[in-house]
Amino acid sequence: MSTSLLTYSSITKKIIMACAGLFLVLFLLVHLGINLCILRNDNGDWFKAASHFMGTNYIIKIFEIVLFGGWIIHIFTGVVLTLKNWASRPVGYYKSNKSNTSFFSKYMIWTGLIVFTFMAIHFMNFYFVKLGIVPIPQGSGAESKEDFYRMVIALFQTPLYSIIYIVLIISLGFHLYHAFQSAFQTLGINHNKYNSTIKMVGLIYSLIVCIGFSIIPFYFLCFYKG
Amino acid sequence: MDLTLKIWRQKNAKTKGEFVTYQISGISPDCSFLEMLDQMNEKLIRENDEPVDFRKCPVSFDHDCREGICGMCGLFINGRPHGPDEAITTCQLHMRKFKDGDTIVIEPWRSRAFPIIKDLLVDRSAFDKIIQAGGYVNVNTGGVPDANSILIKKNNAELAMDAAACIGCGACVAACANASAMLFVSAKVSQLALLPQGKVESKERVQKMVRTMDKLGFGNCSNTYACEFECPKSVNRSNIARMNLEFIIAKTCTEKETVRIAGV
Ligand code: HEM
Ligand code: FES
Repeated sequence: MSTSLLTYSSITKKIIMACAGLFLVLFLLVHLGINLCILRNDNGDWFKAASHFMGTNYIIKIFEIVLFGGWIIHIFTGVVLTLKNWASRPVGYYKSNKSNTSFFSKYMIWTGLIVFTFMAIHFMNFYFVKLGIVPIPQGSGAESKEDFYRMVIALFQTPLYSIIYIVLIISLGFHLYHAFQSAFQTLGINHNKYNSTIKMVGLIYSLIVCIGFSIIPFYFLCFYKG
Repeated sequence: MDLTLKIWRQKNAKTKGEFVTYQISGISPDCSFLEMLDQMNEKLIRENDEPVDFRKCPVSFDHDCREGICGMCGLFINGRPHGPDEAITTCQLHMRKFKDGDTIVIEPWRSRAFPIIKDLLVDRSAFDKIIQAGGYVNVNTGGVPDANSILIKKNNAELAMDAAACIGCGACVAACANASAMLFVSAKVSQLALLPQGKVESKERVQKMVRTMDKLGFGNCSNTYACEFECPKSVNRSNIARMNLEFIIAKTCTEKETVRIAGV
Protein backbone atom coordinates (compact mmCIF):
# COMPACT_ATOMS: atom_id res chain seq x y z
CA MET A 1 0.00 0.00 0.00
CA SER A 2 2.60 2.50 1.07
CA THR A 3 4.65 2.26 -2.11
CA SER A 4 1.67 3.03 -4.31
CA LEU A 5 0.63 5.81 -1.94
CA LEU A 6 4.05 7.35 -2.52
CA THR A 7 3.69 7.29 -6.28
CA TYR A 8 0.28 8.95 -6.29
CA SER A 9 0.11 12.51 -7.55
CA SER A 10 0.21 15.42 -5.14
CA ILE A 11 -3.51 16.02 -5.48
CA THR A 12 -4.44 12.37 -4.92
CA LYS A 13 -2.33 12.28 -1.78
CA LYS A 14 -4.01 15.40 -0.49
CA ILE A 15 -7.45 14.02 -1.25
CA ILE A 16 -6.70 10.80 0.62
CA MET A 17 -5.40 12.84 3.51
CA ALA A 18 -8.46 15.09 3.52
CA CYS A 19 -10.87 12.11 3.50
CA ALA A 20 -8.98 10.40 6.31
CA GLY A 21 -8.90 13.72 8.18
CA LEU A 22 -12.64 14.26 7.81
CA PHE A 23 -13.27 10.77 9.13
CA LEU A 24 -11.14 11.63 12.17
CA VAL A 25 -13.12 14.85 12.52
CA LEU A 26 -16.35 12.83 12.82
CA PHE A 27 -14.74 10.34 15.17
CA LEU A 28 -13.66 13.11 17.53
CA LEU A 29 -17.29 14.17 17.97
CA VAL A 30 -18.31 10.62 18.94
CA HIS A 31 -15.37 10.38 21.30
CA LEU A 32 -16.26 13.72 22.85
CA GLY A 33 -19.87 12.65 23.35
CA ILE A 34 -18.77 9.58 25.30
CA ASN A 35 -16.24 11.50 27.35
CA LEU A 36 -18.78 14.06 28.41
CA CYS A 37 -20.91 11.30 29.95
CA ILE A 38 -18.33 11.14 32.71
CA LEU A 39 -19.46 14.52 34.00
CA ARG A 40 -22.89 13.13 34.82
CA ASN A 41 -23.22 12.65 38.55
CA ASP A 42 -24.23 8.97 38.35
CA ASN A 43 -21.13 7.23 39.61
CA GLY A 44 -20.06 6.66 36.04
CA ASP A 45 -23.10 4.64 34.94
CA TRP A 46 -23.51 6.37 31.56
CA PHE A 47 -19.82 6.51 30.93
CA LYS A 48 -19.37 2.83 31.76
CA ALA A 49 -22.32 1.86 29.60
CA ALA A 50 -20.98 3.91 26.69
CA SER A 51 -17.45 2.53 26.94
CA HIS A 52 -18.82 -0.97 27.34
CA PHE A 53 -20.83 -0.50 24.14
CA MET A 54 -17.81 0.89 22.28
CA GLY A 55 -15.66 -1.97 23.54
CA THR A 56 -18.00 -4.80 22.56
CA ASN A 57 -20.21 -3.79 19.61
CA TYR A 58 -19.10 -5.49 16.39
CA ILE A 59 -19.87 -2.56 14.08
CA ILE A 60 -17.81 -0.34 16.34
CA LYS A 61 -15.02 -2.92 16.18
CA ILE A 62 -15.00 -2.64 12.40
CA PHE A 63 -14.92 1.14 12.64
CA GLU A 64 -12.03 0.85 15.05
CA ILE A 65 -9.99 -0.81 12.31
CA VAL A 66 -11.05 1.85 9.78
CA LEU A 67 -10.12 4.47 12.33
CA PHE A 68 -6.63 3.10 12.88
CA GLY A 69 -6.16 2.77 9.14
CA GLY A 70 -7.36 6.31 8.55
CA TRP A 71 -5.17 7.63 11.31
CA ILE A 72 -2.06 5.95 9.96
CA ILE A 73 -2.81 7.03 6.39
CA HIS A 74 -3.42 10.61 7.53
CA ILE A 75 -0.13 10.78 9.40
CA PHE A 76 1.77 9.00 6.63
CA THR A 77 0.49 11.28 3.86
CA GLY A 78 0.92 14.31 6.12
CA VAL A 79 4.58 13.53 6.71
CA VAL A 80 5.26 12.61 3.06
CA LEU A 81 3.61 15.78 1.75
CA THR A 82 5.43 17.95 4.25
CA LEU A 83 8.82 16.45 3.41
CA LYS A 84 8.22 17.09 -0.29
CA ASN A 85 7.18 20.65 0.52
CA TRP A 86 10.37 21.27 2.46
CA ALA A 87 12.43 19.82 -0.38
CA SER A 88 10.76 22.15 -2.86
CA ARG A 89 12.65 25.13 -1.51
CA PRO A 90 16.19 23.98 -0.72
CA VAL A 91 17.45 27.54 -0.21
CA GLY A 92 15.15 29.69 1.85
CA TYR A 93 14.62 33.44 1.87
CA TYR A 94 16.74 35.81 3.92
CA LYS A 95 13.69 37.91 4.70
CA SER A 96 11.11 35.38 5.72
CA ASN A 97 7.84 35.42 3.92
CA LYS A 98 5.62 38.33 4.90
CA SER A 99 2.67 37.29 2.77
CA ASN A 100 -0.70 37.22 4.41
CA THR A 101 -1.58 33.56 4.90
CA SER A 102 -3.87 31.35 6.86
CA PHE A 103 -1.80 31.38 10.07
CA PHE A 104 -2.24 27.83 11.38
CA SER A 105 -1.71 26.30 7.94
CA LYS A 106 2.03 26.87 8.32
CA TYR A 107 2.22 24.82 11.50
CA MET A 108 0.06 21.82 10.52
CA ILE A 109 2.90 19.34 10.75
CA TRP A 110 3.84 20.63 14.22
CA THR A 111 0.32 20.76 15.63
CA GLY A 112 -0.14 17.34 13.98
CA LEU A 113 2.94 15.91 15.67
CA ILE A 114 1.82 17.32 19.02
CA VAL A 115 -1.50 15.56 18.51
CA PHE A 116 0.49 12.43 17.70
CA THR A 117 2.44 12.53 20.99
CA PHE A 118 -0.82 13.16 22.73
CA MET A 119 -2.31 10.05 21.15
CA ALA A 120 0.74 8.05 22.20
CA ILE A 121 0.27 9.12 25.83
CA HIS A 122 -3.42 8.47 25.52
CA PHE A 123 -2.87 4.92 24.27
CA MET A 124 -0.44 4.22 27.09
CA ASN A 125 -3.02 5.37 29.61
CA PHE A 126 -6.10 3.67 28.26
CA TYR A 127 -6.10 1.57 25.11
CA PHE A 128 -2.97 -0.42 25.90
CA VAL A 129 -4.23 -1.00 29.42
CA LYS A 130 -7.36 -2.53 27.98
CA LEU A 131 -5.28 -4.72 25.69
CA GLY A 132 -3.20 -5.73 28.70
CA ILE A 133 0.06 -4.42 27.26
CA VAL A 134 0.36 -1.82 30.01
CA PRO A 135 -0.49 -2.80 33.61
CA ILE A 136 -3.42 -1.20 35.40
CA PRO A 137 -2.08 1.97 37.05
CA GLN A 138 -1.36 1.53 40.76
CA GLY A 139 -3.53 3.45 43.17
CA SER A 140 -6.15 4.37 40.58
CA GLY A 141 -8.67 2.11 42.25
CA ALA A 142 -9.55 0.58 38.91
CA GLU A 143 -11.23 -2.78 39.38
CA SER A 144 -10.49 -4.19 35.94
CA LYS A 145 -8.52 -3.23 32.85
CA GLU A 146 -11.70 -1.85 31.41
CA ASP A 147 -12.52 0.38 34.35
CA PHE A 148 -11.67 3.59 32.52
CA TYR A 149 -13.91 5.55 34.85
CA ARG A 150 -11.58 5.17 37.83
CA MET A 151 -8.48 5.58 35.66
CA VAL A 152 -9.73 8.85 34.19
CA ILE A 153 -10.58 10.29 37.57
CA ALA A 154 -7.23 9.26 39.02
CA LEU A 155 -5.32 10.82 36.11
CA PHE A 156 -7.23 14.08 36.00
CA GLN A 157 -6.72 14.69 39.68
CA THR A 158 -3.02 15.04 38.94
CA PRO A 159 -2.65 18.77 38.14
CA LEU A 160 0.38 18.33 35.86
CA TYR A 161 -1.37 15.69 33.77
CA SER A 162 -4.50 17.79 33.44
CA ILE A 163 -2.61 20.87 32.38
CA ILE A 164 -0.59 18.97 29.78
CA TYR A 165 -3.84 17.42 28.55
CA ILE A 166 -5.48 20.84 28.12
CA VAL A 167 -2.45 22.30 26.32
CA LEU A 168 -2.39 19.36 23.90
CA ILE A 169 -6.11 19.67 23.27
CA ILE A 170 -5.63 23.34 22.39
CA SER A 171 -3.04 22.44 19.75
CA LEU A 172 -5.52 19.91 18.38
CA GLY A 173 -7.95 22.82 18.11
CA PHE A 174 -5.40 24.83 16.11
CA HIS A 175 -4.91 21.84 13.81
CA LEU A 176 -8.64 21.45 13.30
CA TYR A 177 -9.32 25.13 12.72
CA HIS A 178 -7.22 25.15 9.55
CA ALA A 179 -7.95 21.52 8.69
CA PHE A 180 -11.71 21.81 8.47
CA GLN A 181 -11.93 24.42 5.75
CA SER A 182 -8.76 23.10 4.11
CA ALA A 183 -10.33 19.69 3.58
CA PHE A 184 -13.23 21.28 1.67
CA GLN A 185 -10.87 23.22 -0.58
CA THR A 186 -8.87 20.05 -1.21
CA LEU A 187 -12.01 18.17 -2.17
CA GLY A 188 -12.88 20.90 -4.64
CA ILE A 189 -15.63 22.56 -2.66
CA ASN A 190 -15.06 26.28 -2.90
CA HIS A 191 -18.07 28.42 -3.57
CA ASN A 192 -18.43 32.07 -2.68
CA LYS A 193 -21.90 31.31 -1.32
CA TYR A 194 -20.66 28.74 1.22
CA ASN A 195 -17.04 29.62 2.00
CA SER A 196 -17.79 31.81 4.99
CA THR A 197 -20.22 29.20 6.35
CA ILE A 198 -17.60 26.46 6.06
CA LYS A 199 -15.08 28.65 7.86
CA MET A 200 -17.57 29.44 10.60
CA VAL A 201 -18.56 25.79 11.08
CA GLY A 202 -14.84 24.94 11.28
CA LEU A 203 -14.36 27.54 13.99
CA ILE A 204 -17.38 26.35 15.97
CA TYR A 205 -16.30 22.72 15.58
CA SER A 206 -12.77 23.48 16.82
CA LEU A 207 -14.14 25.41 19.77
CA ILE A 208 -16.53 22.59 20.68
CA VAL A 209 -13.69 20.06 20.56
CA CYS A 210 -11.32 22.32 22.50
CA ILE A 211 -13.76 23.33 25.20
CA GLY A 212 -15.53 19.96 25.32
CA PHE A 213 -12.40 17.92 25.95
CA SER A 214 -10.79 20.48 28.28
CA ILE A 215 -13.82 20.90 30.49
CA ILE A 216 -13.40 17.34 31.84
CA PRO A 217 -9.90 17.72 33.36
CA PHE A 218 -10.91 21.22 34.43
CA TYR A 219 -13.87 19.81 36.35
CA PHE A 220 -11.90 17.08 38.08
CA LEU A 221 -9.11 19.47 38.93
CA CYS A 222 -11.25 22.20 40.41
CA PHE A 223 -14.59 20.82 41.53
CA TYR A 224 -14.48 17.05 42.04
CA LYS A 225 -14.50 15.86 45.63
CA GLY A 226 -14.18 12.09 45.86
CA MET B 1 15.42 59.36 -1.26
CA ASP B 2 18.55 57.71 0.09
CA LEU B 3 18.40 53.94 0.31
CA THR B 4 20.46 50.94 1.33
CA LEU B 5 19.99 47.96 -0.97
CA LYS B 6 20.86 44.45 0.09
CA ILE B 7 20.92 42.44 -3.13
CA TRP B 8 21.54 38.76 -3.81
CA ARG B 9 24.55 38.41 -6.13
CA GLN B 10 25.38 35.12 -7.74
CA LYS B 11 27.82 34.82 -10.63
CA ASN B 12 26.14 31.85 -12.28
CA ALA B 13 24.03 28.79 -11.58
CA LYS B 14 26.97 26.87 -10.10
CA THR B 15 28.58 29.36 -7.76
CA LYS B 16 27.43 30.15 -4.27
CA GLY B 17 25.76 33.52 -3.99
CA GLU B 18 25.88 36.17 -1.29
CA PHE B 19 24.17 39.37 -0.28
CA VAL B 20 25.98 42.57 -1.25
CA THR B 21 25.02 45.95 0.17
CA TYR B 22 24.83 49.04 -2.04
CA GLN B 23 24.07 52.65 -1.20
CA ILE B 24 22.05 54.82 -3.51
CA SER B 25 20.92 58.40 -3.14
CA GLY B 26 18.79 60.93 -4.96
CA ILE B 27 16.00 58.53 -5.90
CA SER B 28 12.70 60.18 -6.77
CA PRO B 29 9.69 58.74 -4.93
CA ASP B 30 7.85 58.83 -8.25
CA CYS B 31 10.17 56.45 -10.06
CA SER B 32 9.39 52.76 -10.34
CA PHE B 33 11.32 50.06 -8.55
CA LEU B 34 12.95 48.89 -11.78
CA GLU B 35 13.96 52.45 -12.67
CA MET B 36 15.61 52.69 -9.28
CA LEU B 37 17.55 49.49 -10.08
CA ASP B 38 18.49 50.96 -13.48
CA GLN B 39 19.90 54.02 -11.77
CA MET B 40 21.85 51.84 -9.41
CA ASN B 41 23.28 49.82 -12.29
CA GLU B 42 24.25 53.01 -14.14
CA LYS B 43 26.02 54.20 -11.05
CA LEU B 44 27.89 50.88 -10.81
CA ILE B 45 28.96 51.22 -14.46
CA ARG B 46 30.03 54.82 -14.00
CA GLU B 47 32.06 54.09 -10.90
CA ASN B 48 33.77 50.91 -12.05
CA ASP B 49 35.25 51.14 -15.52
CA GLU B 50 36.40 47.57 -15.95
CA PRO B 51 35.34 45.80 -12.79
CA VAL B 52 37.29 42.70 -11.86
CA ASP B 53 34.97 41.97 -8.97
CA PHE B 54 31.59 40.71 -10.18
CA ARG B 55 29.94 42.40 -7.22
CA LYS B 56 30.77 45.71 -8.88
CA CYS B 57 29.17 44.64 -12.18
CA PRO B 58 25.58 45.71 -12.86
CA VAL B 59 22.95 43.54 -11.21
CA SER B 60 21.08 41.19 -13.57
CA PHE B 61 17.32 41.14 -13.20
CA ASP B 62 14.46 40.11 -15.46
CA HIS B 63 12.12 42.63 -17.02
CA ASP B 64 10.47 43.24 -20.35
CA CYS B 65 7.19 45.09 -20.80
CA ARG B 66 7.44 47.29 -17.71
CA GLU B 67 3.69 47.72 -17.72
CA GLY B 68 2.56 44.72 -15.71
CA ILE B 69 1.61 42.31 -18.47
CA CYS B 70 4.57 40.10 -19.29
CA GLY B 71 5.32 38.73 -15.84
CA MET B 72 9.09 38.84 -16.21
CA CYS B 73 10.00 41.18 -13.37
CA GLY B 74 9.94 38.68 -10.52
CA LEU B 75 11.78 40.07 -7.51
CA PHE B 76 11.32 39.12 -3.88
CA ILE B 77 11.41 42.46 -2.10
CA ASN B 78 11.45 42.79 1.69
CA GLY B 79 9.92 39.38 2.23
CA ARG B 80 7.21 39.64 -0.43
CA PRO B 81 7.04 38.82 -4.13
CA HIS B 82 6.77 42.09 -6.08
CA GLY B 83 7.25 44.08 -2.90
CA PRO B 84 4.99 45.89 -0.48
CA ASP B 85 1.82 46.50 -2.46
CA GLU B 86 -1.16 44.41 -3.52
CA ALA B 87 -2.02 43.16 -6.99
CA ILE B 88 1.00 44.60 -8.80
CA THR B 89 4.15 43.43 -10.50
CA THR B 90 7.57 44.82 -9.58
CA CYS B 91 7.57 47.18 -12.57
CA GLN B 92 4.35 48.71 -11.21
CA LEU B 93 5.85 49.24 -7.75
CA HIS B 94 6.70 52.84 -6.94
CA MET B 95 9.45 54.07 -4.67
CA ARG B 96 6.90 56.09 -2.69
CA LYS B 97 5.99 52.80 -1.04
CA PHE B 98 9.33 53.06 0.80
CA LYS B 99 10.68 55.62 3.23
CA ASP B 100 13.83 57.69 2.97
CA GLY B 101 16.67 55.80 4.63
CA ASP B 102 15.04 52.37 4.28
CA THR B 103 17.02 49.19 3.78
CA ILE B 104 15.53 47.10 0.98
CA VAL B 105 16.35 43.40 0.67
CA ILE B 106 16.06 42.06 -2.88
CA GLU B 107 16.13 38.30 -3.48
CA PRO B 108 15.41 36.03 -6.44
CA TRP B 109 12.43 33.63 -6.48
CA ARG B 110 13.41 30.61 -4.39
CA SER B 111 12.22 27.24 -5.57
CA ARG B 112 13.78 23.97 -6.57
CA ALA B 113 11.90 24.20 -9.88
CA PHE B 114 13.20 27.72 -10.62
CA PRO B 115 17.02 27.47 -10.56
CA ILE B 116 18.96 30.73 -10.40
CA ILE B 117 20.72 31.69 -13.63
CA LYS B 118 22.48 34.78 -12.36
CA ASP B 119 21.90 37.30 -9.54
CA LEU B 120 18.16 37.86 -9.51
CA LEU B 121 17.41 35.96 -12.73
CA VAL B 122 15.69 32.61 -12.38
CA ASP B 123 14.87 30.02 -15.01
CA ARG B 124 11.10 29.70 -15.16
CA SER B 125 10.94 27.29 -18.07
CA ALA B 126 9.29 24.82 -15.69
CA PHE B 127 6.10 26.82 -16.30
CA ASP B 128 6.52 26.42 -20.05
CA LYS B 129 6.90 22.67 -19.60
CA ILE B 130 3.62 22.54 -17.70
CA ILE B 131 1.88 24.45 -20.51
CA GLN B 132 3.44 22.15 -23.10
CA ALA B 133 2.02 19.18 -21.22
CA GLY B 134 -1.56 20.22 -21.88
CA GLY B 135 -2.25 23.92 -21.51
CA TYR B 136 -3.69 24.33 -24.98
CA VAL B 137 -6.69 23.46 -27.12
CA ASN B 138 -6.28 21.36 -30.23
CA VAL B 139 -7.93 23.09 -33.16
CA ASN B 140 -8.58 21.99 -36.69
CA THR B 141 -7.54 24.28 -39.44
CA GLY B 142 -10.18 25.16 -42.00
CA GLY B 143 -12.76 27.84 -42.50
CA VAL B 144 -13.12 30.49 -39.82
CA PRO B 145 -16.29 29.74 -37.81
CA ASP B 146 -18.87 32.47 -37.29
CA ALA B 147 -18.34 34.53 -34.19
CA ASN B 148 -20.59 33.64 -31.27
CA SER B 149 -21.73 30.43 -32.89
CA ILE B 150 -20.97 28.56 -29.66
CA LEU B 151 -23.04 29.58 -26.66
CA ILE B 152 -20.99 30.41 -23.58
CA LYS B 153 -22.53 31.18 -20.22
CA LYS B 154 -21.76 34.73 -19.18
CA ASN B 155 -20.52 33.72 -15.74
CA ASN B 156 -18.23 31.07 -17.19
CA ALA B 157 -16.82 33.55 -19.68
CA GLU B 158 -16.07 35.91 -16.78
CA LEU B 159 -14.45 33.21 -14.65
CA ALA B 160 -12.38 31.97 -17.59
CA MET B 161 -11.26 35.52 -18.27
CA ASP B 162 -10.29 36.04 -14.61
CA ALA B 163 -8.23 32.85 -14.68
CA ALA B 164 -6.68 33.81 -18.01
CA ALA B 165 -5.40 37.02 -16.42
CA CYS B 166 -2.51 34.91 -15.06
CA ILE B 167 0.74 36.20 -16.56
CA GLY B 168 2.87 33.28 -15.41
CA CYS B 169 5.16 35.46 -13.29
CA GLY B 170 5.74 32.80 -10.63
CA ALA B 171 4.80 34.97 -7.66
CA CYS B 172 2.51 32.18 -6.43
CA VAL B 173 5.45 29.77 -6.27
CA ALA B 174 7.68 32.40 -4.69
CA ALA B 175 5.09 33.28 -2.04
CA CYS B 176 4.03 29.73 -1.19
CA ALA B 177 5.63 28.22 1.90
CA ASN B 178 5.80 24.96 -0.10
CA ALA B 179 6.91 26.51 -3.42
CA SER B 180 3.77 25.04 -4.93
CA ALA B 181 2.62 25.98 -8.42
CA MET B 182 -1.02 25.07 -7.86
CA LEU B 183 -2.39 28.58 -8.44
CA PHE B 184 -0.62 28.87 -11.79
CA VAL B 185 -1.58 25.37 -12.97
CA SER B 186 -5.15 25.73 -11.75
CA ALA B 187 -5.55 29.06 -13.56
CA LYS B 188 -4.43 27.45 -16.80
CA VAL B 189 -6.62 24.38 -16.24
CA SER B 190 -9.62 26.55 -15.37
CA GLN B 191 -9.44 29.05 -18.19
CA LEU B 192 -9.78 26.17 -20.65
CA ALA B 193 -12.07 23.84 -18.70
CA LEU B 194 -14.66 26.61 -18.27
CA LEU B 195 -15.13 27.10 -21.99
CA PRO B 196 -16.76 24.65 -24.40
CA GLN B 197 -13.73 24.61 -26.69
CA GLY B 198 -11.46 23.55 -23.85
CA LYS B 199 -13.93 21.29 -22.06
CA VAL B 200 -13.44 18.46 -24.56
CA GLU B 201 -9.87 17.80 -23.52
CA SER B 202 -10.16 18.94 -19.93
CA LYS B 203 -9.94 15.52 -18.26
CA GLU B 204 -6.77 14.58 -20.06
CA ARG B 205 -5.30 18.03 -19.66
CA VAL B 206 -5.61 18.24 -15.89
CA GLN B 207 -3.91 14.89 -15.40
CA LYS B 208 -1.04 15.68 -17.74
CA MET B 209 -0.42 19.12 -16.30
CA VAL B 210 -0.54 17.92 -12.69
CA ARG B 211 1.81 15.04 -13.46
CA THR B 212 4.29 17.44 -15.05
CA MET B 213 3.96 19.87 -12.15
CA ASP B 214 4.77 17.11 -9.64
CA LYS B 215 7.71 15.89 -11.68
CA LEU B 216 9.32 19.33 -11.90
CA GLY B 217 9.75 19.51 -8.14
CA PHE B 218 7.09 22.00 -7.08
CA GLY B 219 5.63 21.45 -3.61
CA ASN B 220 2.12 20.39 -2.66
CA CYS B 221 -0.63 22.83 -1.90
CA SER B 222 -1.37 23.09 1.80
CA ASN B 223 -4.08 25.70 1.37
CA THR B 224 -2.16 28.55 2.97
CA TYR B 225 -3.48 30.92 0.29
CA ALA B 226 -0.38 33.12 0.20
CA CYS B 227 -0.46 32.68 -3.60
CA GLU B 228 -3.81 34.36 -4.00
CA PHE B 229 -2.74 37.20 -1.76
CA GLU B 230 0.44 37.85 -3.74
CA CYS B 231 -0.86 37.26 -7.26
CA PRO B 232 -0.44 40.48 -9.28
CA LYS B 233 -3.60 39.58 -11.20
CA SER B 234 -5.59 38.49 -8.12
CA VAL B 235 -6.22 35.02 -9.52
CA ASN B 236 -8.62 33.38 -7.11
CA ARG B 237 -7.92 30.23 -5.10
CA SER B 238 -11.29 28.86 -6.18
CA ASN B 239 -9.37 27.86 -9.32
CA ILE B 240 -7.37 25.43 -7.18
CA ALA B 241 -10.57 23.88 -5.87
CA ARG B 242 -11.88 23.67 -9.44
CA MET B 243 -8.71 21.90 -10.54
CA ASN B 244 -8.92 19.47 -7.60
CA LEU B 245 -12.49 18.63 -8.57
CA GLU B 246 -11.58 18.27 -12.24
CA PHE B 247 -8.79 15.97 -11.17
CA ILE B 248 -11.02 13.84 -8.92
CA ILE B 249 -13.61 13.45 -11.68
CA ALA B 250 -10.94 12.72 -14.25
CA LYS B 251 -9.46 10.00 -12.05
CA THR B 252 -12.65 8.41 -10.80
CA CYS B 253 -15.52 9.00 -13.21
CA THR B 254 -13.89 8.99 -16.60
CA GLU B 255 -13.69 5.78 -18.54
CA LYS B 256 -10.23 4.44 -19.17
CA GLU B 257 -9.31 5.34 -22.71
CA THR B 258 -8.75 2.36 -24.94
CA VAL B 259 -7.46 2.42 -28.45
CA ARG B 260 -10.26 1.51 -30.81
CA ILE B 261 -9.35 -0.06 -34.10
CA ALA B 262 -11.99 0.18 -36.82
CA GLY B 263 -13.56 -3.14 -37.79
CA VAL B 264 -12.41 -5.04 -34.69
C1 HEM C 1 -7.58 13.42 15.57
C2 HEM C 1 -6.58 13.81 14.91
C3 HEM C 1 -6.57 14.54 13.58
C4 HEM C 1 -7.57 15.08 12.83
C5 HEM C 1 -9.05 15.10 13.14
C6 HEM C 1 -6.96 15.67 11.65
C7 HEM C 1 -7.65 16.28 10.63
C8 HEM C 1 -7.05 16.88 9.54
C9 HEM C 1 -7.74 17.40 8.39
C10 HEM C 1 -9.25 17.36 8.15
C11 HEM C 1 -6.80 17.95 7.57
C12 HEM C 1 -7.08 18.70 6.29
C13 HEM C 1 -6.62 17.99 5.07
C14 HEM C 1 -6.44 18.95 3.94
O1 HEM C 1 -5.72 19.93 4.09
O2 HEM C 1 -7.01 18.73 2.90
C15 HEM C 1 -5.53 17.77 8.19
C16 HEM C 1 -4.31 18.20 7.67
C17 HEM C 1 -3.07 17.84 8.15
N1 HEM C 1 -2.82 16.95 9.19
FE1 HEM C 1 -4.21 16.24 10.45
N2 HEM C 1 -5.60 15.48 11.73
C18 HEM C 1 -5.33 14.78 12.87
C19 HEM C 1 -4.10 14.32 13.31
C20 HEM C 1 -2.91 14.54 12.65
C21 HEM C 1 -1.66 13.96 13.05
C22 HEM C 1 -1.44 13.00 14.22
C23 HEM C 1 -0.72 14.42 12.18
C24 HEM C 1 0.73 14.02 12.31
C25 HEM C 1 1.66 14.20 11.50
C26 HEM C 1 -1.39 15.30 11.22
C27 HEM C 1 -0.78 16.00 10.18
C28 HEM C 1 -1.44 16.82 9.29
C29 HEM C 1 -0.80 17.65 8.32
C30 HEM C 1 0.71 17.79 8.08
C31 HEM C 1 -1.82 18.31 7.60
C32 HEM C 1 -1.65 19.33 6.50
C33 HEM C 1 -1.48 18.67 5.18
C34 HEM C 1 -1.47 19.65 4.07
O3 HEM C 1 -2.23 20.62 4.10
O4 HEM C 1 -0.71 19.44 3.12
N3 HEM C 1 -2.72 15.33 11.54
N4 HEM C 1 -5.68 17.11 9.38
S1 FES D 1 8.28 43.84 -16.72
FE1 FES D 1 6.53 42.94 -17.66
S2 FES D 1 5.29 42.60 -15.91
FE2 FES D 1 6.91 43.73 -15.05
